[in-house]
Amino acid sequence: MKVNRKASAIAAASVAALALASCASSDRDSGGDSSGDSGGGTFTFGAAGAPASFDPFYGTDGETFRPARQIFETLVDFKPGTADLAPGLATKWTPSNGGKTWTFDLKSGVKFTDGTPFNADAVCKNFTRMFDQNEAGQTAASYWADNMGGFKSKGAAEALYKSCAAKGANQVVLEISRPTSKFPALLGLPSFSMQSPTAMDKYKANQITPQGDGYTYSEYAKSHPTGTGKFKLDKYDEANKTITLVRNDAYAGEKAKPAKLVFKIIPDESSRRQALQAGTIDGYDLPNPVDWPTLKKDYNLAIRPAFNLLYLGFNPKANPALKDLKVRQALMYAINREGFVKAQLPEGAKVATQWIPDTVDGYNSGVTQYGYDVNKAKQLLKEAGQPNPTIKLWYPSEVSRPYMPDPQKVFQAVKADWEKAGVKVQPVTKPWNGGYLTSTDQGQADAFFLGWTGDYNTADNFVANFFGSPGGAFGVDGYPFGQTLLKEIKDADGIVDSAQRKSAYETLMGKLMKDYMVGLPISSSPPALVFAKNVSGVVPSPLTAEDFSTAVKK
Amino acid sequence: MLRFIVRRILQMIGVLFVLSILLFAWTRSLPGGPVDAICGERCNADQRQALRAQLGLDKSVPAQYWTFLTNAFQGKFGTSTGVLPGTDALDLFLKRLPATIELSFGAILIALVLGVPLGFLAAKRRGGWLDNTSVMTSLIGVAVPVFFIAYLLKYFLAIKYHVLPLQGRQDDIDATRVTGFFVLDGLLTQEWDAAWNALKHLVLPSIALSTIPFAVIFRITRASVLDVLDEDYVRTAEAKGLTSRTIRDRHVLRNAMLPVVTTLGLQIGALLGGAVLTERVFVWGGVGESLANAFSLKDYAVIQVFILMAAAGYVIINLLVDIMYAVIDPRVRTR
Repeated sequence: MKVNRKASAIAAASVAALALASCASSDRDSGGDSSGDSGGGTFTFGAAGAPASFDPFYGTDGETFRPARQIFETLVDFKPGTADLAPGLATKWTPSNGGKTWTFDLKSGVKFTDGTPFNADAVCKNFTRMFDQNEAGQTAASYWADNMGGFKSKGAAEALYKSCAAKGANQVVLEISRPTSKFPALLGLPSFSMQSPTAMDKYKANQITPQGDGYTYSEYAKSHPTGTGKFKLDKYDEANKTITLVRNDAYAGEKAKPAKLVFKIIPDESSRRQALQAGTIDGYDLPNPVDWPTLKKDYNLAIRPAFNLLYLGFNPKANPALKDLKVRQALMYAINREGFVKAQLPEGAKVATQWIPDTVDGYNSGVTQYGYDVNKAKQLLKEAGQPNPTIKLWYPSEVSRPYMPDPQKVFQAVKADWEKAGVKVQPVTKPWNGGYLTSTDQGQADAFFLGWTGDYNTADNFVANFFGSPGGAFGVDGYPFGQTLLKEIKDADGIVDSAQRKSAYETLMGKLMKDYMVGLPISSSPPALVFAKNVSGVVPSPLTAEDFSTAVKK
Repeated sequence: MLRFIVRRILQMIGVLFVLSILLFAWTRSLPGGPVDAICGERCNADQRQALRAQLGLDKSVPAQYWTFLTNAFQGKFGTSTGVLPGTDALDLFLKRLPATIELSFGAILIALVLGVPLGFLAAKRRGGWLDNTSVMTSLIGVAVPVFFIAYLLKYFLAIKYHVLPLQGRQDDIDATRVTGFFVLDGLLTQEWDAAWNALKHLVLPSIALSTIPFAVIFRITRASVLDVLDEDYVRTAEAKGLTSRTIRDRHVLRNAMLPVVTTLGLQIGALLGGAVLTERVFVWGGVGESLANAFSLKDYAVIQVFILMAAAGYVIINLLVDIMYAVIDPRVRTR
C-alpha cells in the first residue's frame, strides 16, 4: 500500500514533467547563421539601471539613452570626445530666412535595419510623429517639451518647430518659429533620433498611456526599436537583466567592431566593480571617484571632459537678506572653492568661474573673480548692515550626481567657510527624489546646491535652464533686475549671427558675475568610465554619448 | 477541513485589504515620489504639475486609493516607474518571483539536508564533539550578517579562484525561457549547458542565504528530538525490542517533525518575500532586489504590490503548513 502511494506520486510527477517538457522547446538556432561569425566577439558593459524603454523620444535618463545611442543615429552628431557639432545623417545644413528656415542635405543609401530606406520622407514622418503626440506623450516626451516648446494639439503657436518638408529624396527643409542658438545642435539629442516610420506604424509607437503611477509603452518601444545605427536590438532578457544588441551588418559606413554588445544591469556600484574584477563585464559607467586611484592601477580609467557645473543658488524670495548684492558677494568671497576642489573632487575637476564651461561659445575670460577672502566677506557684510545673517543652506541626500559625487561634503565645506565669516548656517536636507528637487524648484530654499550636465554646446543650454524663467529655484523675479535678466537671456538666444551672439553671451556672463550674482558657480568635475586593461577604442564623451561600436578587446 | 481553508482564505483577503490601505497611505505620505524620480533636475514647476495631474497624483489620497482599487479589480496594479519602467507591478512581481523561489528553494534545500540529520545526530549524541561543533557553527550562521558571508564567498570562490560565477543568474548564453526558473527551463528545453550554468550561479547565493534557515532548523530539530527521546513511548518502543531504525523513523523523527515544519513554513514565507541583502549582493534580480530598488527609485506601484504579495505569500505558506500538520499528525485532522 505504502509503496503504491509512493509509486503513484512519482508517476504523477513524471507525467507533469513530461507535459511541461512537451510544450517547452528550445529556441536556439541549430545552424551557425546567427550573428557573431564575422568576428569581433562580445563587448559587455555594466549599466546601473534598466532603460525606461527603447524609444529615446520618451526617454529622460542616461540608462535609456545609452542603448538608444547605439541603435539610432541623429541628423546632426557630435565629434567624438567633444560637444561640437559634426555631420550625422545630414551631411550639411544651411540656414536662411534669418535663421528660421534650415535645409538639410541627407546621406544617401542609408537604410533602417528593417530594410526600409532612410530619406527626406522618413525624416519628415519622424518630425510629424514627434509633434503630434497624445496627452500622455506630451508629458512623457520631456526633451521635446523642453527644447521645442509645444505640440500640435497644445501650444502649437509657441512651439519652436513649425514644419518639415521633403525636397526631393535627399533634402529636408525644416521651418522654425524664431531664430535660436539651439538649432541645429538640439537635433543631436538622442531623443530626436531618426526611427523607421514603417516600424513605428507597425508596432504603434505612439501608443503611450498613463496607468497607475507611470506610463505603459508601445510594443515598438518595448521590443522593436528600429534605427539606422551600427547595432540593432537582439533581445532584452528581463529575467536575466541583460540587453543584447547585435552588429548591424548592413550598416553603410564603417561597421561596428564587436559583433555583440551586451548591457548587464547591475544596480549596486560595488557589485559592478566586482564584476569587472572577475571579468564578467568589460567596463562600467560612473565609478565612485573615491575608487579612482585604486581602479587606475589595474584598469583603464577613461575620464570624460568635464561638461557640467555644480553651483550654489540663492533665492531672494525665500530669504530677503539675500536681496542685497553685498550680502551675496560676501557669501561668495567667504567660500574657499580652490580648497574644496583640491580636497574633495576627483582629478581633473576645476573651479568654475562662470555659468558655462570654458569650451562653450560665450565664455568670458575677463569675468570678476571671487577669490577666497574672509576679511573682505566680513567687511561686505558689515557694510550691508548684516554682520551675522542667518542662511538656510539646503543639500540633497541619497544621491550622487556626476557634478556632485558627495553632496554632504560640499555642504560641510561651505558651512565651515561661511561660519568663519560670521554667517549662521541652518542646514536643511531632503532626499533628492524625496522632496529636494520639488522644494528647491518651488523656491523654498534660501541657498541650495544643484548642477547640470550640458546637452549640447550652447550657452543657452546652461543659463536658460538655470534662470531662464521667472520663479523656480532662483526666484529671479524677486530681484529688481529680474525682468531685464530674463530678457537678456532670451534675446541672446535669438541672435542669428554667431559672432554677435558670442559677444552677447560674453557680456551676459560678465554681468552675471558682477551685477546680478544670483548664485555662485562652484566647480566642473569630470565623470569617468572604467574599462578592463585589454579594452581600448571607446572615446569618453563630455555628453556621456559614448559610441561602443569602436570598442576593441585584445 | 474545507471550511477551515475557506475561513483562512477569507481572513487573508481581509488582511490584505487593510494592509493595502495602510501601504497606500504610507507611500503617499513619503516626500517626493514618482514625479521627482521621472523628472530629475530637468523639469520646471509647470512640467511637474502636468505630470502629477496626468498620473492622478494631484487628487486626494482616498480618491487615488479608489482609482487603485478599481484598477486592481480589472487586473491593473499600477505601472512601475523605476525598476522596470512601463511594466505592470503585478507582472513585474510574477517575473521576479521565479528567481526568488529558485534561490529560496536552494537555500532551504541546503538548510534541510544539513540541518535535520545534523540536528538528529547532535541530539542522539548530546554533548559529543559533533553536537558541540554543530551548535557552534549554527551560532555563527545566525550571528554573522548574511552580506558579510556573501562577500567572503564572492571574494574567495568567484574573484580570487574563479571556482563559481560571481553574480547574476546566468551568463550571457543563448537560453530559452519557459517558466522563468532558469535551471528548470534548461532541463525542459534540454539546453543542458544553460541549466548547468544557472545551477552554478545558484550555489553561492544559496549557501549565503541558507545560513540562517540552517541554524534555525538545526536547533529546532535538535531540541525537538531531545524532547521526544525522553518520551515514554520511545522507551516503550525500545522495551518492545523494535529495531532502532523503526524507532528513529516512526517514533522519534515523525513526532519531532511538527515544530520543524512550523519553523520551515515561517522561514520559507520570509524567504519568498525576497532576501534583500543576498539578492542585492548577488545581483539576483528577484523580488528582494527589486523591492530595494523600488524604494530608492520611489516606485510606488512596485512597493505596494510587492509588499502585498509578500504578505499574501506568507499567509498562504502558513495555510499550507497547517494542512501539513494534518498530514503529519492525525490528531489535528479531527479538530
